[in-house]
Amino acid sequence: MAGASRTLTLPNALPLDGGGELVDATLAFETYGELNEDRSNAILLCHALTGDQYVASPHPVTGKPGWWERMVGPGKPIDTNRYHVICANVIGSCMGSIGPASEASDGKPYAMRFPVITIRDMVRGLVALLDELEIETLHAVVGGSMGGMQALSLAANWPDRAARVLVIASTSRHSAQNIAFHELGRQAIMADPNWRQGDYYEAEDQPDAGLAVARMAAHITYLSEEALTEKFGRNLQDRDAKSFGFDADFQVESYLRYQGSGFTRRFDANSYLYITRAMDYFDLAEEHGGKLANAFAGTGARFCLVSFDSDWLYPTSESRHVVRALNAAGAAVSFVELSAPHGHDSFLLDVPALDRVVKGFIE
Amino acid sequence: MSLRADLAAIAEAIAPDTRVLDIGCGDGALLANLRDTKQVDARGMEIDGTCVERCVAQGLSVVQGDANRDLADYPDKGFDYTVLSQTLQTATRPDLMLDQLLRVGRQAFVSFPNFAHWRTRSALMLGGRMPVTRAIPVSWYETPNIHHVTVKDFRELAREKGAKIEREWFFSGGKPVTGGTNWRAEFAVFQLSR
Repeated sequence: MAGASRTLTLPNALPLDGGGELVDATLAFETYGELNEDRSNAILLCHALTGDQYVASPHPVTGKPGWWERMVGPGKPIDTNRYHVICANVIGSCMGSIGPASEASDGKPYAMRFPVITIRDMVRGLVALLDELEIETLHAVVGGSMGGMQALSLAANWPDRAARVLVIASTSRHSAQNIAFHELGRQAIMADPNWRQGDYYEAEDQPDAGLAVARMAAHITYLSEEALTEKFGRNLQDRDAKSFGFDADFQVESYLRYQGSGFTRRFDANSYLYITRAMDYFDLAEEHGGKLANAFAGTGARFCLVSFDSDWLYPTSESRHVVRALNAAGAAVSFVELSAPHGHDSFLLDVPALDRVVKGFIE
Repeated sequence: MSLRADLAAIAEAIAPDTRVLDIGCGDGALLANLRDTKQVDARGMEIDGTCVERCVAQGLSVVQGDANRDLADYPDKGFDYTVLSQTLQTATRPDLMLDQLLRVGRQAFVSFPNFAHWRTRSALMLGGRMPVTRAIPVSWYETPNIHHVTVKDFRELAREKGAKIEREWFFSGGKPVTGGTNWRAEFAVFQLSR
């Protein structure tokens, strides 16, 4: 389906958790479905780390279908015949919203001069966008993975802005293991000589090798061992015997290389640094006096958390941790662990039970 | 859809516009009924993921969890009523679960199959085997019922726990039973407070 592509420059400076502010911050966003007269049918979708606003329309760089076409559209679980769906590229990213690749006031890319941002900063940007769109209360805010962190942050910090909060395969804080994997990715980028301390935008050679390694490492964390075994096993790639060399002998190697190089064509290495940093800094309890239940005190929103049994990146225990806090806060919360073989990426893939839960909760 | 007899009794006893937590809520029949007929703020807990999915798909607020462990997460007196229907006998420690019910709710409803029903007694006495009846239909080796209880036992537990029995209902074959209930009731429902 076609989305309406828009960009909007925020009229006011956006204050940031790390101090400082972003002036003239531009946000690029897509909308699907009509906003009703009393502006009450808007659903804000929050995208994941390397996601973007192209939820249900083709990606302008890769030409691939939107990342949640199976969930969003006419007659789909998030039905665009009924709801006005908004998805904005988060600040720090690279698909039209302000980020390290954007021009600073001196006409040069920010690069590493871009301020370090947080998940709450991203959400502050989204809330400012809602203000501009004159949407006071969202019918729902929905997100998977980093999108779920944004949904939780919105619910905690702007409790009147969303009536329903749907958090899929996510967490209220990054664990040591989560941070460790992200650090691996960042070090891969920064170790690439083409990274040039972040000032590579004018250069002929880009830090593609480092970014590809970062993506390969992260991609493994999005899948389950079962899914990898099922898909590739020890199968060899286009050959009958091992090469006794370091080519991609195994299918799984070839697949990861393909994922890595494909990613470099659509994503900015510095954005990857900034967004992973924001995720690592995320700890919703810390923002609220060390007690997660405080983050949701007095909330009137309905919550739904979904985890997947094969997700080891943000396992069920993380969702339960949030559910426990919501129960302690007396919030209306639903939680279900769904069975799906695909690991963390299950939220993007064919899991009919997820469709039913999303549809039931949204209505 | 009509409710099971014990659930219908509980639904009838619950006041409108209250907060209810149904523990082991199954497919959410009681919750949906309370929400739709009594404007109750109805929440549930259920261990079976498929049941939870069905509840959420109906727009109910249900958490997948294990009542033996997860009831501890709820604040004191966070609900006007807690409901434990035909689940007590599956609890690891029914006595501790009763404590939790009375801690989380101002009032608690507990329903269970009565192991002292004459059918059960005669199956054991005459047949010499673990009873399989319409009230407890599953063989001993695969039943989730690990702590069978009788009407008498439950009264004794309530007394030990300092819980006051506000109301009680007894059923056999879905019909109310009065008198000789420890013999004649297949199912019992108690409303308790503390």
